[in-house]
Amino acid sequence: MSPELVTLTIEGVQVSVPKGTTILEAAKQAGVLIPHYCYHPGLPVAGVCRMCLVEVEGAPKLQIGCSATVVAGQVVHVQSDEARKARQGVLEFLLINHPLDCPICDQAGECELQDYVFQEGRARTRYTPTFAKRFNPVEDFGPDILYVANRCILCTRCVRFMEHVADEPVLNVSERGDRAFIGIHPGRELDHAWAGNVVDLCPVGSLLSKETLHSARAWELDKSAGICTGCSQGCNVHLDTRNNVVVRLRPRVNAAVNRFYMCDHGRHEYRWLNRGDRVEAPLVGGVAPLAATDWDHALARAAELLRGVSGPLVGVASPGASTEALFLLKRLLDAKGGRGVFAVRREAGERSLAGVPNLALREERAPNATAARMLEFEEVESVEAALRGAAAVVVLDDQLHGVEAIGAGAVIYLGTTLPAAAREASIVLPITNVAEEDGTFVNRDGRVQRYQQAKSGPGMARPAWWVLAELLREMGLGEGFAGAAEVFAALADGESSFDGLSYPSLGFVGRAVSGEVEMAR
Amino acid sequence: MGYPHAPHPKETVVLSKYFGEPEARTYAGWVARGGYQGLEQVIGMDRGAIIDLVKASGLRGRGGAGFPAGLKWSFMPTEKRKPHYLCCNADESEPGTFKDREIMRWTPHQLIEGCAIAAYAIQADVTYIYIRGEFTDAYAIMERALAEAYEHGVLGPKAKGPLRDMQMYLHRGAGAYICGEETALMNSIEGRRGNPRIKPPFPAAAGVFGMPTTVNNVETLAAVPHIILRGADWYKGLCRSNPRSTGTKLLSVCGHVRRPGNYEVEMGFPLKDLLYDLCGGMRAGHELKAVIPGGSSVPMLSRDEAEACLLDYEGVVEQGSMLGSGGVIVFDDSVDIVYQVMRLARFYAHESCAQCTQCREGTAWTVRILQRILAGEGETRDLDLLLDVADNMTGKTICVLSDSCAAPVVSGIKKFRSEFEAYLHGARRPAVAVG
Repeated sequence: MSPELVTLTIEGVQVSVPKGTTILEAAKQAGVLIPHYCYHPGLPVAGVCRMCLVEVEGAPKLQIGCSATVVAGQVVHVQSDEARKARQGVLEFLLINHPLDCPICDQAGECELQDYVFQEGRARTRYTPTFAKRFNPVEDFGPDILYVANRCILCTRCVRFMEHVADEPVLNVSERGDRAFIGIHPGRELDHAWAGNVVDLCPVGSLLSKETLHSARAWELDKSAGICTGCSQGCNVHLDTRNNVVVRLRPRVNAAVNRFYMCDHGRHEYRWLNRGDRVEAPLVGGVAPLAATDWDHALARAAELLRGVSGPLVGVASPGASTEALFLLKRLLDAKGGRGVFAVRREAGERSLAGVPNLALREERAPNATAARMLEFEEVESVEAALRGAAAVVVLDDQLHGVEAIGAGAVIYLGTTLPAAAREASIVLPITNVAEEDGTFVNRDGRVQRYQQAKSGPGMARPAWWVLAELLREMGLGEGFAGAAEVFAALADGESSFDGLSYPSLGFVGRAVSGEVEMAR
Repeated sequence: MGYPHAPHPKETVVLSKYFGEPEARTYAGWVARGGYQGLEQVIGMDRGAIIDLVKASGLRGRGGAGFPAGLKWSFMPTEKRKPHYLCCNADESEPGTFKDREIMRWTPHQLIEGCAIAAYAIQADVTYIYIRGEFTDAYAIMERALAEAYEHGVLGPKAKGPLRDMQMYLHRGAGAYICGEETALMNSIEGRRGNPRIKPPFPAAAGVFGMPTTVNNVETLAAVPHIILRGADWYKGLCRSNPRSTGTKLLSVCGHVRRPGNYEVEMGFPLKDLLYDLCGGMRAGHELKAVIPGGSSVPMLSRDEAEACLLDYEGVVEQGSMLGSGGVIVFDDSVDIVYQVMRLARFYAHESCAQCTQCREGTAWTVRILQRILAGEGETRDLDLLLDVADNMTGKTICVLSDSCAAPVVSGIKKFRSEFEAYLHGARRPAVAVG
């Protein structure tokens, strides 16, 4: 049964929304942003910042849009003189004790206080410069979080997140009146596995991540849609880069996966994307030590090598490789009668976020093991054991943990870096990492999600799907592909569980594969 | 009666009849004075009939808002699906008000009886009497009286009939003014920080512990047994002016009068008579300057307004203020209005719970501007600034603390602008000991 709809007018725009919707959310439907601070769709309503005051015709007082629910026939004005004056008043009050240290504040450029003051605040303050501003020292809240009390506007988003979402109420509002600040429980730290979200939730630069402190100005960052590689949950993220360097990860809203949040483990899982010890050119070895060469030569040699293989062929895939690359590796292995394996790192103990169902840092610490399973790669405990007796080996970016030397005669290593065991490889083909290519991951629930290229790859490195497609072509086993989307289209054609999916249909929120998914263990 | 003074013939003593008589505090003493007859009478009465009786009496909330008590009770669900609660607001922290304290100190059983009747009427299982933390004396007396009430089977296991399952607890506040706001009071009882809640939901729908709750002031509840015993018509008859304001009102008079204290008068009693007759007028050689008629949260009245004012809900509004809690603060001509306004604003700045932006920042800013004016460093534009800040603070927050801070500022500037200007123009020497 569809919910009862209520029709009202907001800023002259008529909208129909389900009964019980707040004015603020209804306004979003009408394309009107009602400025707000304390309201956040993922948190219980506090109604304390009083920024979302709007005029409702017939009401004796201004109403707060975050808490007042819609009434049929209501006429709401967001930009009326009275509402604007009220919000201007709030902004003026907020700036009384807010240091104007935007030039050294990490939040500048993405600060809601800055934005709204710029948008509708008073041009000049009426607060006298000789009046002292509230001063409290910067506090160290935990492993990654600093609290700059002076910038705090007491919206209590952080307090409510810890209490109602993380279910670990270590933060509070201490003191009263204009002496108030965010306090932390004595003897406790803000070290919950999901605590980093308070930094994103903070509308101003009051809660900061030590990890990214002073590392970039917001306006210098390029933002791309990504998927977290920290575990099999598949949280949607923003990959923020500056000058081709990934500076930080932030959660990207996806109601079906991670809502507004990501865990600290995932948040800090970005440094490897900036590694400097990358393979930058195809390397060909064999009898002689590995030496750089061009793609044509390297691919020709690789094809030649594989054609000549007479014994068992083993493909070792990384569960962090894109679905597209896994699919083409499978094609190669199928053509040559090879066996595909993968190993995945596990850490005991899920760290769940209490307030969001089915959201946790999972034990399986790889983003795409589900796809590997769906493409019939075999999970192995030990890569070393799987390699025993192989005549030829193709490795797709596995780090070869526990492998001292690959005994096989023919070893083709597709990698971003060159682990010690791969130094004996016959051919090394440089591939891009997840930040440097387009692709998809399949999360533990079978949701296929796209990620975007955020920066350029080093040197001659190319996406693994391109390398594998070219290799297949070289061997006369397939056609080249013009992009990851085309590879995915071929995948959707060939694999029934991906039936009907395509890059456009996935969008950036993803879609579930059809049929049962073998759940991650 | 005007305890600690002898009763004045113009007073109408109902609630305060036994003030000053220590025996009235005991169960036996109270019963000897006709106590607990009202409670006896309601048991077995139809609950709706009790509520209708209170509605008909015209009893209105004595805590400040003046909301009709019977109507408030009628908001409680008649079909009980969850536990119901009654909260008696005894957190009398409004500056200038000290009537509830005296009710509890002298006639604790009067309050217990009123609570029990109300709890019965609204089907409350539990009553919390939330007593201001500073009222140690009143608390001790209430505690003794409540133990006696349980002992004598007024309520609790020894009681007969429906009051057997009724529980009544005293809960002490910890010193926050804002806990007198009904939703903050409920948070405080729950063990949370005393922050007012957003309404809706209203207490009758989701109050303390999320259950249907009614919050009534001490004086309101104390009047209930009398209404039960003597009838709605009698109570309605206690009215000198507007028929919408009925009964008696305890007025706490403090400041520059000869006999400050609590006085109980009929609604509509002239403020002029209260000041010059009951309270004995101004000190020798001094004249009335201003009156805050309903506790520190309401606008102040000039002398002319005060002398024309009739003390009922409508009469005080007519003069531009509110009856509020009935805390009458009297200023004679020795008072520096600017300093007084600053002193009141400073109270609110100190007591702001810090939730709403306007209140948290606006109250403190107001104080700073006033202190600057008092220090002789004000500028002419400061008065307009104060008024505009007050406007930004009024009617925009969860509770009315912010409005309460603005009220004396606005009324002070409106009615005594020349005093502010005297500071601004250097005609008046900076006040010492500012801050």
